[in-house]
Amino acid sequence: MNKSGIKAPRSTRGAGAPKMSRDAKAAVVRRISKYLVQHKGTVLICFVMMVCSNVLALAAPKLSQRAIDAIEPGVGKVDFRSVIFYCALMLVFYILSALLSYLLAVTMVKLSQKIIYTMRRELFNHLTELPVGYFDTHATGEIISRISYDIDTVNTSLSHDLLQIGASMITVAGSLVMMASISPVLLLVFAFTVPMSILYTKYRSGRVRPLFRKRSQKLGELNGYAEEMLSGQKTIRAYGREKVISSRFDEKNEEAVEAYYRSEYYSATVGPTVNFINNLSLSLVTMLGGIFYLFYLMNETGSTNILPLFTISLGGVSAFVQYSRKFAGPINEFANIVSDLQSAAAAAEKVFAVMDEAPELADVPNAETLSHVKGEVELSHVRFGYVPERVILRDLSLKAQPGNTIAIVGPTGAGKTTIINLLMRFYDVNSGKILVEGREIRGLTRESLRQAYTMVLQETWLFHGTIYENITYGREGASREEVEKAAKMAHIHSYIDALPDGYDTVLSDDGVNISKGHKQLITIARAMLADSPMLILDEATSNVDSRTEQKIQAAMQTLMAGRTCFVIAHRLSTVQNANLILVVKDGNVIELGTHDTLMNQKGFYYSLYHSQFDH
Amino acid sequence: MKLLLEYLKPYRWYIALTLTIKTLGTLVELVIPYILSHILDSVVPTGQVRNIVWWGVAMLVCAALACVGNVVANRMAARVARQSTQQIRHALFERVMTLSPRQLDSFTIPSLESRLTSDTYHVHHVVGMSMRMGVRAPMLLLGGIIITATLDPVLTLVMVLVLPMISVSVLFISKKGIPLFQTTQRSVDSMIRVVREDAQGIRVIKALSKTDYERRKYDRANRRLVEDETRASTTMAASNPLVTFFLNFGLVTVMLVGAVRVNGALTQPGKIIAFIQYFTLISNAMIGLARIFVNYSKGAASAQRIEEVVRTEPDLIVADESRYPSMRKEEGIVFEDVSFSYMGKKDNLSHVSFSLPTGGTLGLIGATGSGKTTLIRLLMRSYDVGSGSVRIEGRDVRTIPHEELNGMFGVVMQNDFIFADTIAENIRFGRELSDEEIRHAARLAQASEFIEQYEDGYEHLLQSKGTNISGGQKQRILIARALAGNPRILLLDDASSALDYRTDAALRRSIRENMRNVTTVVVAQRVSSVMNSDLILVLDEGRIIGAGTHEELLATCEVYREISDSQIGGAILE
Repeated sequence: MNKSGIKAPRSTRGAGAPKMSRDAKAAVVRRISKYLVQHKGTVLICFVMMVCSNVLALAAPKLSQRAIDAIEPGVGKVDFRSVIFYCALMLVFYILSALLSYLLAVTMVKLSQKIIYTMRRELFNHLTELPVGYFDTHATGEIISRISYDIDTVNTSLSHDLLQIGASMITVAGSLVMMASISPVLLLVFAFTVPMSILYTKYRSGRVRPLFRKRSQKLGELNGYAEEMLSGQKTIRAYGREKVISSRFDEKNEEAVEAYYRSEYYSATVGPTVNFINNLSLSLVTMLGGIFYLFYLMNETGSTNILPLFTISLGGVSAFVQYSRKFAGPINEFANIVSDLQSAAAAAEKVFAVMDEAPELADVPNAETLSHVKGEVELSHVRFGYVPERVILRDLSLKAQPGNTIAIVGPTGAGKTTIINLLMRFYDVNSGKILVEGREIRGLTRESLRQAYTMVLQETWLFHGTIYENITYGREGASREEVEKAAKMAHIHSYIDALPDGYDTVLSDDGVNISKGHKQLITIARAMLADSPMLILDEATSNVDSRTEQKIQAAMQTLMAGRTCFVIAHRLSTVQNANLILVVKDGNVIELGTHDTLMNQKGFYYSLYHSQFDH
Repeated sequence: MKLLLEYLKPYRWYIALTLTIKTLGTLVELVIPYILSHILDSVVPTGQVRNIVWWGVAMLVCAALACVGNVVANRMAARVARQSTQQIRHALFERVMTLSPRQLDSFTIPSLESRLTSDTYHVHHVVGMSMRMGVRAPMLLLGGIIITATLDPVLTLVMVLVLPMISVSVLFISKKGIPLFQTTQRSVDSMIRVVREDAQGIRVIKALSKTDYERRKYDRANRRLVEDETRASTTMAASNPLVTFFLNFGLVTVMLVGAVRVNGALTQPGKIIAFIQYFTLISNAMIGLARIFVNYSKGAASAQRIEEVVRTEPDLIVADESRYPSMRKEEGIVFEDVSFSYMGKKDNLSHVSFSLPTGGTLGLIGATGSGKTTLIRLLMRSYDVGSGSVRIEGRDVRTIPHEELNGMFGVVMQNDFIFADTIAENIRFGRELSDEEIRHAARLAQASEFIEQYEDGYEHLLQSKGTNISGGQKQRILIARALAGNPRILLLDDASSALDYRTDAALRRSIRENMRNVTTVVVAQRVSSVMNSDLILVLDEGRIIGAGTHEELLATCEVYREISDSQIGGAILE
């Protein structure tokens, strides 16, 4: 049904983390952590597993130190019992560590999927509570990228980064302790290289971050342009504009790849440089370690007596080097994680912004249920504007008796649909009131009010599902006969019947298989089936050719008989017989009366009426 | 992947240089642990502190060289990725723009969109990454093996034995994982479809109080997605622990075997330490390789999807006049016994014949799905006829070069395309038209009045799909666009349905008076929009059931009379 929009075409714009205030950040973090708290048991288990798995992995080099020291005595002097003992222990540790890390990964996936499921559900449920106006002012693609791309971003960060941070901290702390226990003096090397590493990544990420932001922004622009032009491909082709449009696309493309390249160009230095700093530590450790080992050997032979602080065994050097690698790893990662977290926070902020949109006002506490509707509707001194500064209806009063037809006419864009928005309570009046059966509609439950109306709109809305499902949408559980009867009245039955799958034909997204007119007839069949006491027809037959319209007119008349109807239509035959005609222009009701009184007024209605003969 | 290679080919020397630098940088890095073991085993026993320092400095030099080499190579790789992506994306977009409607429909727009956006992005990512890591990881692996082999071939053999285990498990897991990810992707699509549908149909949903129903529907989609994603991710979650474990297993074995060999004077303990160092390098390389593998499969899938589009054979090829000879004396538009079917089953148009002189007006009227739009599409050659022929000025449309053919028409289609740009640009549509021509067209289309009401007039910015203007204003801008190019043939497919009667009448008058030599084809629901046409065709289920002028049809065609009566007698009011 919808031809535009893919997974998250514009969403990449969201990836560039905009600057957030500290308070806003804290608020976002608090709200995210609420989701974690819901699963605090699992989170705790994850944490324990993470600690264990990392501690086990950390213990291994220490064991390897023992094993090597047992090998070291040299030819024929290897202490096999110790070697085998420590090797076996290492193996056990590694197996446990692998098992734990697998379990941990699986648990984390499940946890994060649970959270993502909850977030999506909450967001969707909230969306269904939002007033119609929200959807009028927000692009569908934007809403989609909130619920897909942004939530995904938050989730990736939750499951990946949190784990990473935890693991990194444990690894860093553990390695530090282990290295200190092997040789506190050698550890001094890191007092030199770690600050270097931190300063460097800080400096770099400060330089690179805006480049990444720009890269996401440019990519978003490119995607947006591609999406838009693709939707107009047939027109572009009809006008032979492929080359021009392609060359404009090229400009966007150039900007996008250039931004990508610039961010790569600078970030390309990060990996190798951090690696260099690591190698620097390694070299220094080796140099010093070599010297200490020399001292150690000299002490062993008894030629010198150097403080044990400045000596190290061969196994010690080996273990120290292994720990130093473990120690350096997470520090490199921190820069990445920080920028990940920033974009996750930005995404979460956007998701929460939707969740914070004010929903439709709840029904008043003691709202009544509207029942036994005869069809009396009254508008009394209604004043309304979508934005307070622009009043659309100034002071509208009218009364519809049961069975009356109220027609609303006027040029396009005049605000005819506004009245319908008010009747259905998609919007609330600014002042004045609307009464149904003498009861103020704000005192009724929305559900019962809306069920009192059947609405057919110009915009045909069908969803992915069978024709049958689409027709019964307004009344689940309707029998096959009833559905067919409604379809016959809407003059769509024979068309549906001729389809290979009949009523079970699935209406697909792109809807190439069904014309616009037929779609509208299906929505009319849906209305026919719904059978409510009042009707709203908003240019309900605009896409149907007049001959078919004429055919269904009889059915429409049957449908309208005895019901109160609000009709926006361009068919004069309907309008002429209306009990009341509202002429709307530039957002104001300028004339109001029956066909005859309006014709006598010789005003706007009169001139509209005559313009149709003016060919 | 062939396509990708083709686009990389022009850069092959550059790539070769990049890879060479990368290789050198990596090799230098491999020397570092070698020096480490040399210091511990050979330098320390000499007791010369100075020598230890010198070798340490050598390590530093190697580290610095490795750093410089890697930075340079990474930057070069980024350049190649930029150039090739830019060209691939360009080729894809250009091809997409020229796809015929039939091809476009078979790919579907959402699918083409994701090919243009996320697929090209994946390719970009993969090209860069493969060059950055594709050399480094295998080099580290290979280099590590070679160096350790010189240190101690037996221990190396022990270590190499774990590699097949790793490869098999990584392959096995990704083979299972990739289809699972594909399933997940489809579930994502269904989840999004519900959101998209509901965002668009919110009025209907609320009017029918179906909120709970939609929530349940969404919940099902959400649940399915979560299940699929969990399955895919947990499957992949096994790969890292497995790889790590196998490597560590190898390490332990090396120590055990090493102990035996040290005892037998076949090796020194320092070598075991060096081995452990290389192991770290190799295990990082293996994990890197596994990542490349996953990314590569993603990238390959994307490249495949791009290739499908780029390699689509052009259809609607311009045929030679010898095949469809032109009729020299004929003028205007001629349909000769034209039949056509979209799906190749039921005819959507059958045996349609008529002719319309240059400068004449053709009105098309008929029920929903009767073939009015199809007829226009055949005239524009959006599709080729099944049989018969469509000729303009005696030439079969299949023999007219695309540019020439497209240049003849000014078209407004149903729900036509408005893009985010100024009003002037929406009318100009990338053509070389002066401001005066644009204003003139807007005047003819009855659009100038409302445009000039904007403070910024023609420079007023429209939103994508024209969401900030009314339906009638949209249609007038579209008509202005069609008129602005001075077309020889004007095609208006339900182009004025949102206009009120007065504006519609004024529009028709202005077209009639100002565009006398333009042949016009009008599709409409309203009789009044076509009643002054030189020829009106009444279509029903793809057949002409009435042809003639308004008066003739009133006399001869019952269906037309019915339509006309219902509208003129009963009349229409907007």
